Amino acid sequence: MNRQFLLNLRRGFLVTVCFFVLLGIAYPLAVTGIGQAFFSSQANGSLTKNGSTLIGQQWNGPKWFQGRPDADDPMATGGTNLGPRSKTLVKDVKEQIALLKKERITPTPDLVTTSGSGVDADIAPVDAYAQVNAVAKARGLSVAAVRHLVSTQIHPAQFGFLGSPYVDVLQLNEALRTLR
Amino acid sequence: MGFTWTIVAMIVVLAIAWRFLGAYMVSVYEGRTRWLSYIERPIYKIAGIDPDAEQSWQRYGASLIIFSGVMLLVGYMLLRLQGHLPLNPQHLPDVGPALSWNTIVSFVTNTNWQSYSGETTMSYLSQMGTLALQNFLSAAVGIAVAVALIRGFARKNSKTIGNFWVDVIRTTLYILLPIAFIVAIIFIAQGAIQTLAGPAHIHDLLNGVRQTIPRGPVASQETIKQLGTNGGGFFNANGAMPFENPTGLTNFLSMALILCIPVSLTYVFGKMVGHIRQGAAVLAVMVIIFGSWLAIGAVAEHQANPAVAAAGLSHQPTGNMEGKEVRFGDTSSAFYNITSTQTSTGSVDSANDSYTPMGGFAAMTGMMLGEVSPGGVGSGLYTILLFAIITVFIGGLMVGRTPEYLGKKIQAREVKLAAFGVLVMPITVLILTAVAVSVHAGRAGPLNAGPHGFSEILYTFTSVTNNNGSAFAGLSSNTAFYNIIETVGLLLGRFAIMVPVLALAGGLAAKNVVPASLGTFRTDKPMFIGLLIGVIMVVGALTFFPAVSLGPIVEQLSHGKFF
Repeated sequence: MNRQFLLNLRRGFLVTVCFFVLLGIAYPLAVTGIGQAFFSSQANGSLTKNGSTLIGQQWNGPKWFQGRPDADDPMATGGTNLGPRSKTLVKDVKEQIALLKKERITPTPDLVTTSGSGVDADIAPVDAYAQVNAVAKARGLSVAAVRHLVSTQIHPAQFGFLGSPYVDVLQLNEALRTLR
Repeated sequence: MGFTWTIVAMIVVLAIAWRFLGAYMVSVYEGRTRWLSYIERPIYKIAGIDPDAEQSWQRYGASLIIFSGVMLLVGYMLLRLQGHLPLNPQHLPDVGPALSWNTIVSFVTNTNWQSYSGETTMSYLSQMGTLALQNFLSAAVGIAVAVALIRGFARKNSKTIGNFWVDVIRTTLYILLPIAFIVAIIFIAQGAIQTLAGPAHIHDLLNGVRQTIPRGPVASQETIKQLGTNGGGFFNANGAMPFENPTGLTNFLSMALILCIPVSLTYVFGKMVGHIRQGAAVLAVMVIIFGSWLAIGAVAEHQANPAVAAAGLSHQPTGNMEGKEVRFGDTSSAFYNITSTQTSTGSVDSANDSYTPMGGFAAMTGMMLGEVSPGGVGSGLYTILLFAIITVFIGGLMVGRTPEYLGKKIQAREVKLAAFGVLVMPITVLILTAVAVSVHAGRAGPLNAGPHGFSEILYTFTSVTNNNGSAFAGLSSNTAFYNIIETVGLLLGRFAIMVPVLALAGGLAAKNVVPASLGTFRTDKPMFIGLLIGVIMVVGALTFFPAVSLGPIVEQLSHGKFF
């Protein structure tokens, strides 16, 4: 039995070492190589010069479309974890509603709740349309032009049914900047 | 509409996997698949394994325990020493003792409970060489045990149930590695990251915003975390983080990866015991339970969030969006989290803690049924077979004859082992929860007040003991108390079930086969399917109803009250 135990111990250790090399090192490096070779933009984080289109950021002032009221700190991802009967959540949502009303934006569910990642880069089309009047006024643009811009920025559900349609706030604001 | 098509697409994908991945897996375990033998054979040679030597259940179990022990030790050391090892561009320090212990136990037991935040705790070497490595190996160990139990049913008058080392190595090489590899490339194309370049520093000139964005080898880890029903994320936010799960397609593929092996194993079971219908009956039970819980979860999350309504926004046509990502929406998020909680995976694409009371109920009680619908890789099948043994036993009691399952007489030893395996989980969950709510260190954990705070604690122990790993994540669990006590549930929920399963496998393999007669209770018919569902429900409800009443049920019933 003792001999059997030592034999198994040796096997266990050597199998672990083999797989450490194969699965722990070679496999991720091979995937990294292929990813960097063929999809280098995505593999590196979908970075534009103003940030990653996948990671939300804070937009200051009425001249920009706002994302969801997340903390937008990619070094500390996660939701608020406040439950459905949390007084704190009621208070936070009330404050967010008041803030939106002050900016003359009709509150929508996505614009008063926080996301699961804490860095949601997207809003639903309805959330973007809700901000059109406010943004057009702050920039002195025509409402129709801004509304049209939003409509060109909608990503439909993939293959028509996977996920929900969304607008990427960074892409929308980058397009907004060039609008005259 | 989108949700309906998502379900249809999932059924099609899983039906294909059931038939073809299932058949492929059979050929792997029967030794007919050899296309990677140029990697397989050198491993046997280095480790001194004779691939033709069969093991008794005791030897099989001893190998399993020793292998798991070695992985615990090696993984623990790698985490404790991470600051001194390469591939650490953020210069993260060594992981502390309690957190290292919790993490490595959780990964070796196929749980992947995250007391840590990946982006600020784990170096690339720890993510790749410890966490992702365990995603492969713990999954392979679970599947090996299920295959050993299948052999117990399939063989007669046999002293052996296979070779543990061969099962683990072949599962890893032929099943897990190729699928994880190919799908990882699709994930990258969709936007999941895969780089060793360290964090990106952003200065947004439109807006003056500065951000530090953590990066790493994410896609390669993401696919195996789903395929192996492990669930531990590279980032704290897990599958909600866009770098892990960027699009509706990756969300769908994640669910398909999670479900494909547990579902296909029912084909392997049916094929290897000689009657595919027997596997299909077990699959039917899984599908019915899964579908019911998915309906509860999806309907619940399509409702308004009560707190958001109380704050003045009662019109929420897109459902409860607190803790959810816009690109997924309410029902796809619920689909993902129900999939993950019913498979002992535990990855999340939305915050379970912020689900509506009934949505949280669906996530929590899905685990409390014992993770059998369809359950984790391997563990789902062997656990539901324990319930099947209890079911034929109860059926036998009703008509007063010795029960049989698949031609094997089910006698006192089998029933005792199955009952033990079924009861370990609820007893452990309830005792650990009782301990945690009785001591100050336990009560200090919850973020939310009122019944939801209790739910956070109950959810934690349900999750760790079922080796799930998802959380009501408001609970501050990175404390010495939770890090240590959780490992009790993790270890019992894994090994105190695996060992009786292997004992069962050994005993069954040694038995002769009794030919079916007119009086045999048919286990491939709707009567058996209904009875098995009934047994799973009754065991779950009897053990957990009081505890669940104090959490999600009371929360659902407290209309207009906030805590």
